[in-house]
Amino acid sequence: VKAAVTAGLAPERAVLPNGTTVLVQETTFSPAVTFSVAVRGGGLYEPAALPGLAWFTGRVIDRGTASRSADAIAEALDDRGVTLKASTSRHLITLSCTCLSEDFAEVLALVADAARHAAFHPEEVEKRRAETVTAIRQDQDSPGVRASEMLQASLYGGDHPYGRPAKGTIGSVEKFTRADLIALHAARFAPSATMVIVAGDVRVPDAITLVDRVFGDWHAAHPEERPVPPVPRHTVRHERRILMPDKSQSDIAYGFTSINRLDPAYCSYWMMNTILGQFGLGGRLAENIREKQGMAYYAFSSFDPSLGPGPLMIRAGVDPANVERALAAIDDEVGTFGREGATAQEIADTRRFLIGSIPRMLENNSSIATFLQTVEFFGLGLDYDRRLPALLEAVTLEDVNDAAASVLDPSRACVSVAGPEPPA
Amino acid sequence: MSRSVHLDNGLKILVREIHTAPLVSVWCWYGVGSGDEAPGQTGVSHWVEHMNFKGTERIPRDEMKGIVERFGGTWNGYTWIDQTTYLETAGKEALDTLLFIEAERMAYGLYEPADCESERTVIISELQGGDNDPDQLLDTEVTASAFRAHPYRHPTIGWLEDLRSMSREDLFGHYRRHYTPGNATLVVVGAVDTDDVLKRAGVHFGRIPAAPVPERRRAAEPPQRGERRVIVERQGATAYLKFAWHAPAALDPDFCAMLVLDAALTGAKGLNLWTSFRGAPPQRRARLYTALVEGGVASSVSGALLATRDPFVYNVSLTVMDGVALETVEDAALCAIETVREKGLTEDEVARAKRQLRARMVFENDSVTNVAHQIGYFETVVGPGYLEALGSKLQAVTAAQVADVAARLLSKDRRTVGWFQPLKERP
Repeated sequence: VKAAVTAGLAPERAVLPNGTTVLVQETTFSPAVTFSVAVRGGGLYEPAALPGLAWFTGRVIDRGTASRSADAIAEALDDRGVTLKASTSRHLITLSCTCLSEDFAEVLALVADAARHAAFHPEEVEKRRAETVTAIRQDQDSPGVRASEMLQASLYGGDHPYGRPAKGTIGSVEKFTRADLIALHAARFAPSATMVIVAGDVRVPDAITLVDRVFGDWHAAHPEERPVPPVPRHTVRHERRILMPDKSQSDIAYGFTSINRLDPAYCSYWMMNTILGQFGLGGRLAENIREKQGMAYYAFSSFDPSLGPGPLMIRAGVDPANVERALAAIDDEVGTFGREGATAQEIADTRRFLIGSIPRMLENNSSIATFLQTVEFFGLGLDYDRRLPALLEAVTLEDVNDAAASVLDPSRACVSVAGPEPPA
Repeated sequence: MSRSVHLDNGLKILVREIHTAPLVSVWCWYGVGSGDEAPGQTGVSHWVEHMNFKGTERIPRDEMKGIVERFGGTWNGYTWIDQTTYLETAGKEALDTLLFIEAERMAYGLYEPADCESERTVIISELQGGDNDPDQLLDTEVTASAFRAHPYRHPTIGWLEDLRSMSREDLFGHYRRHYTPGNATLVVVGAVDTDDVLKRAGVHFGRIPAAPVPERRRAAEPPQRGERRVIVERQGATAYLKFAWHAPAALDPDFCAMLVLDAALTGAKGLNLWTSFRGAPPQRRARLYTALVEGGVASSVSGALLATRDPFVYNVSLTVMDGVALETVEDAALCAIETVREKGLTEDEVARAKRQLRARMVFENDSVTNVAHQIGYFETVVGPGYLEALGSKLQAVTAAQVADVAARLLSKDRRTVGWFQPLKERP
């Protein structure tokens, strides 16, 4: 197994008769297992009138089942040092955790029970509702969150599942009923919509047997797939500002809609984004805004494609007096890259960096589990980590320049800024 | 196990071979942090850390970027109250390059005046970004109130006024005083051959001359004689509450019992500052979680106790539930704390806390980067041998010891209480 991990992953994939997909990667560097149970029940699937319902489902799902009280679950997790995390993305609700190998069978059984038989007890719904309202108020007080959320809304439209805030609004959260949670769960949670990813110190056949034991007798109809609504491509620039007078720094979010994860140009976009806002401290953006101009502690870009066209987002935090200078620098880097492309040296360095990063990206159980979940969700193939170097080798300077030309245009950018007023 | 060697110039080198992935993690640690700074010079250690990514005699500034990346690597550094450290994790074939970079950083930094100036505004931006977060703002105020004399009172990033006034000579002087082989520990973990590492490290670092190791003289904190309070009022949406009690230093016999107590109160974090404190702890049965979050008055609670050279603080931080008054949360939290001080914890709670700590110590050592951090952190902050003995010392802690530290250390006159009171309008 040591040799296998050194040379690349060698996961095994099984599909249970009821449609549950299982991926297992055995590792031996630590007596622990990381696993996730991911269900296609993310924000895309919540009713448009109830934004945040999927996120809220994740908050309540592990707080009691038909046969286990919230206290019993709490006891079982805490006794083993396990933090169960529910994360909700646009497409998935994922329950994930790390446990000692000796606890894997019991913790897996508990998580399966939560995914299948969540009770959504009324008192738990009320407690988590109050927490969620507080969390939304905290978000509203954060210039970084405000700028990013406003950018997403500008890019996709406020009602689009990629454009609305994941947690919803205080108004929507106050409306959720227990029946809404039960309905979303009943509609979307099914074995054929579920993948179980296991990475750690466990034998592959044992892991598959254990997953089968706790998921194998689950029967529910395959939920109808829902397409990602069309994503607008902006033809003019949109700029929006949020005034937050008592803050010390302004946050800039600047971006575009891009491509989906299965687009053949994915690797070209990945390399383009790395050059623009990732390589080193934060690519060309950090070189200009942080290193040359000393204007920001962070300036970077991120590229997050999914089943629908994901955002390419630039972020920077600057002194309120420097907002216009920073925007001018971003416009300059974006415009120059879009028009003139990358250099051969940048392509070579970025390619070496990304290919060389693969062993580091797959070093521990949690990073392996995350990677395999992506592989399974997008159907990239079990040998994807070993094919990646060749895919990156095949990207040419022209491919990266085409990607840059197709998206990097300041006259089509959406821009949002949250922070105090600049000094007069 | 690690091999430990000293070079003639005083540099300590610790190597551990781990061959599960074709990676190497190199960390260079310095025995200097914000706790070693004089008034007027606060933040100098952290600023120096930033300057040490700006080019050296043999690595021009423009070439700094990209050296590690070409090996698929990542690099970083951080400064805290007792230590400054630099790291790279990359493909194992990068080893020699990484050792070269760290040797250059130790002795040959350029500190170009223009770079010092441009970094001044970057760091001020880092500070202002932190100030945007009310919880962080409150933390700064509470820590400053908890200490009267000891330099742990100022934030690692420094006071804004000092960041505006320090000069290039202040930075360079600090760098030359503290960045000496005898004040450093090089840690190498990964798919390496120990003898090969020592040979290469000898080539790169052996050319750096020995220099005096600065004495770490810090003012002792006088005993606190009564509860302190600080109230921050600012525009905001959410109230925050923070407690800070004077805490035992890592070598204090009370430290392990205090760590178990924290696990029982707020869930075990483990001991890895680099990784463990990023994820939520297991805490659904923890005393303060059940009393305050399940009790509906707080939306989150966290505790922080870290291994430090001198007595620092034990923090408990709370996010107040929307619509609940700060007084209500403070009363509920202190009521839960007083119950533990009077009656101690159950045997079950202590056993659970110890199991959590054992599990977290496995989880936080899951990569060459994390293993190397733990080796270097404890070597630099506490001293040799401590980390190896810690697991069994924690497991030996008894319920009586936990009750004793709760009663003695979480007393009213040892605490500072901080409120962040959000205002709807600007004051």
